[in-house]
Amino acid sequence: MADLLTVTDAGLYCAQGDFYIDPWRRVPRAIITHAHADHARSGCGRYLCAAPGMLVLRSRVGNAAPIDSLRHGDTLSINGVEVSLHPAGHVLGSAQVRLSHGGTTWVVTGDYKLEADPTCDPFEPVECDVFVTESTFGLPVYRWQDPKTVAAEINAWWRANRDAGRTSVLLAYALGKAQRLAAAVDPSIGPIIGHGAVMKMVEAYRASGVRLPPIDRVPPRTRKMGAGRALVIAPPSVAGSRWLDIFGETSVAMASGWMTLRGVRRRRGFDKGFVVSDHADFPGLLTAIAASRARRVLVTHGFTDTLTRLLQERGVDAAVLPTRFAGEAPPDAAVVDGEDGDSEDGAGGQADPHASPEPDDREEEQE
Amino acid sequence: MKRFTDLYWRLDATTSTNEKVEALRDYFAAAPAEDAACAMKVLSGGRQLRAVSTALLRAWAAEAAGIPLWLVEECYAHVGDLAETLALILPHEGAEAVTEGVGMGLAECMRTTILELRAADDEQKRATVEQVWKRLAPRERIVWHKLLTGGCRVGVSRTLVARALAEVAGVDPAVMARRLMGAGITDADSYRSLMTREPTAADARRPYPFLLAAAVECEPGDLGAVTDWIAEWKWDGMRAQIVRRGDDATLWSRGEELVNEAFPEIVAAAAALPTGTVLDGELLAVRGQSLLGFAAVSKRSGRRRVPRKLLDEVPCVFVAYDLLELDGIDIRGLPLTERRRRLEALVPLPCTAGGGPAATAAAYAAVTENAAALPPRLLHSPCVVGASWESLAAARSTSRDRGVEGLMLKRRTSPYGVGRVRGDWWKWKIEPFEIDAVLLYAQAGHGRRAGLHSDYTLGVWHDGRLVPVAKAYSGLADAEIVELDRIVRATTLERHGPVRVVQPTQVFQLAFEGISRSTRHKAGVAVRFPRIVRWRREKTPPDAGTLADLMRLIDMATVGNSPHPEAMA
Repeated sequence: MADLLTVTDAGLYCAQGDFYIDPWRRVPRAIITHAHADHARSGCGRYLCAAPGMLVLRSRVGNAAPIDSLRHGDTLSINGVEVSLHPAGHVLGSAQVRLSHGGTTWVVTGDYKLEADPTCDPFEPVECDVFVTESTFGLPVYRWQDPKTVAAEINAWWRANRDAGRTSVLLAYALGKAQRLAAAVDPSIGPIIGHGAVMKMVEAYRASGVRLPPIDRVPPRTRKMGAGRALVIAPPSVAGSRWLDIFGETSVAMASGWMTLRGVRRRRGFDKGFVVSDHADFPGLLTAIAASRARRVLVTHGFTDTLTRLLQERGVDAAVLPTRFAGEAPPDAAVVDGEDGDSEDGAGGQADPHASPEPDDREEEQE
Repeated sequence: MKRFTDLYWRLDATTSTNEKVEALRDYFAAAPAEDAACAMKVLSGGRQLRAVSTALLRAWAAEAAGIPLWLVEECYAHVGDLAETLALILPHEGAEAVTEGVGMGLAECMRTTILELRAADDEQKRATVEQVWKRLAPRERIVWHKLLTGGCRVGVSRTLVARALAEVAGVDPAVMARRLMGAGITDADSYRSLMTREPTAADARRPYPFLLAAAVECEPGDLGAVTDWIAEWKWDGMRAQIVRRGDDATLWSRGEELVNEAFPEIVAAAAALPTGTVLDGELLAVRGQSLLGFAAVSKRSGRRRVPRKLLDEVPCVFVAYDLLELDGIDIRGLPLTERRRRLEALVPLPCTAGGGPAATAAAYAAVTENAAALPPRLLHSPCVVGASWESLAAARSTSRDRGVEGLMLKRRTSPYGVGRVRGDWWKWKIEPFEIDAVLLYAQAGHGRRAGLHSDYTLGVWHDGRLVPVAKAYSGLADAEIVELDRIVRATTLERHGPVRVVQPTQVFQLAFEGISRSTRHKAGVAVRFPRIVRWRREKTPPDAGTLADLMRLIDMATVGNSPHPEAMA
């Protein structure tokens, strides 16, 4: 029988149900795995997302769009295709999309991670026939440490900066990683300050019932604020900008999975790099693939060729899902900026020159 | 080992000179002499021996990690550093348990896990390697892998090491810098003698730190009155010092290596100098009155032993342009004019190669008689006389025909400083050769640019095809490299390991200093010091230059065969 999903000009399309998953064009009906800019474009006719991600998605696509939500595990029939959403552990409200039709089950992971994250529901393995997985960090050099160990490293860095009278600036993606880091650090060390783009999402998280420590907003730039003591969480685009001037002497650290590599750390010229990712590491990808018990695995954005070849050698029926997304996520400057947001959507956007420009996270981060 | 690993990462983590010196000082203050000597060898960037082949290491690591070898190679192509790649893929389990690392000093670790391995068979090697892997955390493994494969390079200059050692030893940094030149720190004893407060016997052979020139960034007229300056040709050879002290003469390259073996005829000639003499100058390859250029000298410079044939093929002279020590007295503090006066008295023959004027030939004949005692392989670099900046500019414009790289401008009153002292010595080089070339291959860089395609092979047209003519590693801004990296990925036609063959779409203005015919290069030409000047976004491949254009440049660059009656005295 026909595949439940195909790649079209507008994105991943389910013909049987007549809907798209994370389309990169405006379509009548879109199921959204999570609210990062590359997966959640504004302007669609109707959205469906997991219930915990409702407010976050709303803050991204605007108030006008009709958004339906589905509790994790509940089933909805769309034109005869059974749809259910299951936690992906990536950011608040991130979901794997399970489709069932004519006796065949597909799961699209969106982005996911297996590590514990107090700001979202943990990844739930879902058995299926066909598993569509991301592969952002699909090389064995990418293996994450225990989140507690990394949190201790960040706390130690913050404390040392505070003792030396420097402001700690931690660069992280505004949706998801910023909140996860805020929840992980030790607020007794000093005040936590959030960049405007971060605060917008902090509010959506709090309104969704996620507990976060007190985070101050950056006031109008009148005088130095929290200088020497604070931990400032801001999107990567502020690196090297005048925006940092109000904090006096700073130590700037980047939190990203790409920080695993010495070359990337050095090239970006940050004072410090913390290996923190909301994507699965290499063992995580293999674990999730095995847990799906799928007879067929389709690999999308990231190290698609590499992971596919490895799976094939291990006897798995695997193939690259030929999306128009960039085939590889190189750890260059732009991708580090938007590990979660731009690894594919940048290319997705370019691939469709007719799509109207939409406010994405990058523009937001410029504020 | 842990102490050295910490030093490695502290140096790696900072770009601040002061923080680097601080890290080095902390290390040398705490390390036992034996370890410190070992660390110095590594920091000096000298030749290191490979204890285990990287092919074996890759294979063992693949097995330990439970992944196929091709995946290790993919990882390496992505990471750009083999030591790091292997450290990252190996099982982390067990590594955390050992916080002390290999519980031994650097020297002992080097001896037992690296040096002794060289004689071992593969099975013993593997047993040791696997045992060490289990005991090291990833950050320590990287450093150990680099030591093991002989590729440990640390981004600190000798000057910084000297500064840190001087602080620890409590001696003047200049003294330490001099002691370090050519000092073979091989063991605890030699390290201790390096660190002594007293003058050491080994000081006797050491050259002085080279004074380095900077490129003129303004109009030379802005340097002030032309009468404040001495102009000389900028020779296209290899910088060197002759140190004639005690009973012997030594020849030192700017890289601070002893190069006596590569230039035996110069060393023999230097023996005729009075003891207590140090000359700074240039080794030049000269045939008759023609300068053969840097490429010729470099055929000799790396040699341990020079065959007769090469001695005949590439005859060398030493052209002195400064006198640093006379009668055993350091005269670097004297004004340049004073040093030159003494130099010309000591080495009376001027170098006239590259088209000397007739007047100089007469002067040459005059001085030859009373200078008969000194072999004609020792010459001095004559002043290029110009009454105005305009006349110097005119002299400079003859550089290419002479086979020199332009002019040097040196302030008359200046002492001979240490290192790159801005303001006293300027290079006023001729404009480089340029051609528009097309990007053909790209390769991921290493170090700071690991994972980014930043090494480019460029080509020009020949018979309707693009042929590669140069590899350029630099010249683009970081943002441009990132942008080009995207284009490379998007236009890749084939991949050969880390090298990508790309669709020819991008044109670059390529500059280079020299060009010569070459049988070793496919296109038949070799360019010297190629670099990208500008990304010609407005151009497309058909606009690029041709091999015929390059051949014409070779003809232009053919050197030193016409006399130039002007500008020399």
